[in-house]
Amino acid sequence: MVRCVVVIEIRNVWKRYVDKIVLEKVSLNVEKNEFITIVGASGCGKTTFLRMLLGEVQPCEGSIMIDADRLIPEPSADRGVVFQRYSVFPHLTVLENVLLGLELTDSRWLGRTFGRRRAHNVERASEMLERVSLDRAADNYPSELSGGMQQRLALAQTLVKAPRILLLDEPFGALDPGYRSDMHVLLLDLFRELDLTVFMITHDIAEGFSLGSRLLVFDKLRVDPHNPDLYGATITFDLPVGHHRRLDSIMDNMNVKPNQA
Amino acid sequence: MRLINRRPGGFGIFASAAVPFVLALLLYVVASSIRLAENPDDKLLPNLSTIGAAIERVAFEPDRRTGDYIFWTDTAASLKRLVTGVFLAAMVGLAVGVPNGLVPWFGAFWSPAVRALSMIPPLAILPILFIVFGVGELAKVMLILLGTAPFLMRDIEQRVRELPREQLIKAQTLDATSWQVALRVVLPQVMPRLIDGVRLSLGSAWLFLIAAEAIASTDGLGYRIFLVRRYLAMDVILPYVAWITFLAFLFDFGLRRLNRRCFAWYGA
Ligand SMILES: Nc1ncnc2c1ncn2[C@@H]1O[C@H](COP(=O)(O)OP(=O)(O)O)[C@@H](O)[C@H]1O
Ligand SMILES: [Mg+2]
Repeated sequence: MVRCVVVIEIRNVWKRYVDKIVLEKVSLNVEKNEFITIVGASGCGKTTFLRMLLGEVQPCEGSIMIDADRLIPEPSADRGVVFQRYSVFPHLTVLENVLLGLELTDSRWLGRTFGRRRAHNVERASEMLERVSLDRAADNYPSELSGGMQQRLALAQTLVKAPRILLLDEPFGALDPGYRSDMHVLLLDLFRELDLTVFMITHDIAEGFSLGSRLLVFDKLRVDPHNPDLYGATITFDLPVGHHRRLDSIMDNMNVKPNQA
Repeated sequence: MRLINRRPGGFGIFASAAVPFVLALLLYVVASSIRLAENPDDKLLPNLSTIGAAIERVAFEPDRRTGDYIFWTDTAASLKRLVTGVFLAAMVGLAVGVPNGLVPWFGAFWSPAVRALSMIPPLAILPILFIVFGVGELAKVMLILLGTAPFLMRDIEQRVRELPREQLIKAQTLDATSWQVALRVVLPQVMPRLIDGVRLSLGSAWLFLIAAEAIASTDGLGYRIFLVRRYLAMDVILPYVAWITFLAFLFDFGLRRLNRRCFAWYGA
């Protein structure tokens, strides 16, 4: 499959709800292979922004173009997502969770594969599980996993579909710090290997600086003290940050090989 | 140790659960013997041996007129109606509830209609059912179906709506079509909830079954109870009621086990 260069062009996007303006005048150009981290106060519209990229929420004004095509207004397989919670399917085992995406594409009516086809899919899913060190939990249900394992599963489930754009909404928010750095290594590793363009929301500024190649800060430029919902947030800072330069030093410092993460 | 921290364990759990039943039985025996001492022909509270003889007669001796063991033919007839009605209601509940909860346009048409349907008191339309479907099996099954399906449809719809939106989005990013979302994400997660819903509606299903049998039937547990009522045959009515209670308990117990066994992830 030939991959074309992803170019995301966001032009003057606004999002209003009945009683409030959430986002205003958001404009942004993103090139292929950028790793964008997003920080901002809670409730300022970061998730809303991500949901617009996902196609789940439509902007009230402005446009979002991907590869010079208008964004299809519904989620699709070229944009993978990991939410903070509820990202994995509780009724499927770890292996089945990863298998699902492959089976859905292979079998449009049953959503299940059999025989050699299935064996092939199981092999691919198992490889992915090995990448995120979940191969030994393959037959467990998500409720039997820790929070960190569930998020790794969500990542594997998404990445087995080889999306071009990966959207992450505070994926490591609930994890303790030691665990988080393992996840960083894993994520950066997969990022480079799978040729992704990443948007990642985080509430950890340090994570925002260290992990990405570009940091966006969402904030309100204007605030009306009597009516805080009158103005929306926009991108107030757009900083190049260098994970490419820092990656090796991070990895050295942590002294971890990604596969053991 | 504080009272709130003391717990029965092991045998204690069974023993304490049995106490109310034993007490009720004792109370009955005492009340019965008091009444029978006053009037040996009293029919209201027959003593245990009279009840035992009645059970013997209906369950283990062929009926003089038909040659049937009526206790068992009644049970079979009732269970057939109950299971058919509840099963159909569960299927209708799924077939309407899932699209109602998942597909906005489907729900826009059918969700309000289902809500309206569920407001109709089923017993009020029982005469209509007898007129339309005749007094045979169909009308009885239809009463159970109409009595329990609206609840199940609404319950399933609600369960589908309660699924985290993130899951539906996630499935779409994994390339799922609407049909695949219904088949692989929604349906399997709704099945154990359907079984819970059936457990809850079994109580009213029995109610409708007995009502229908009481009014127009020639066999069935409800029919028998209302038939022998004319002779004040408490010695038959009481074991029948106990038996119905026991069957209802068995259904509930079995469905709960089924849920645990088939859906290990559920409620874990
Ligand atoms: N469907 C909706 N209707 C009304 N308000 C909404 C809706 N979705 C989000 N909001 C509001 O938009 C604001 C931004 O929410 P969100 O994007 O989740 O913030 P963040 O992810 O930055 O914490 C919040 O104030 C929230 O209440
Ligand atoms: Mg958020």
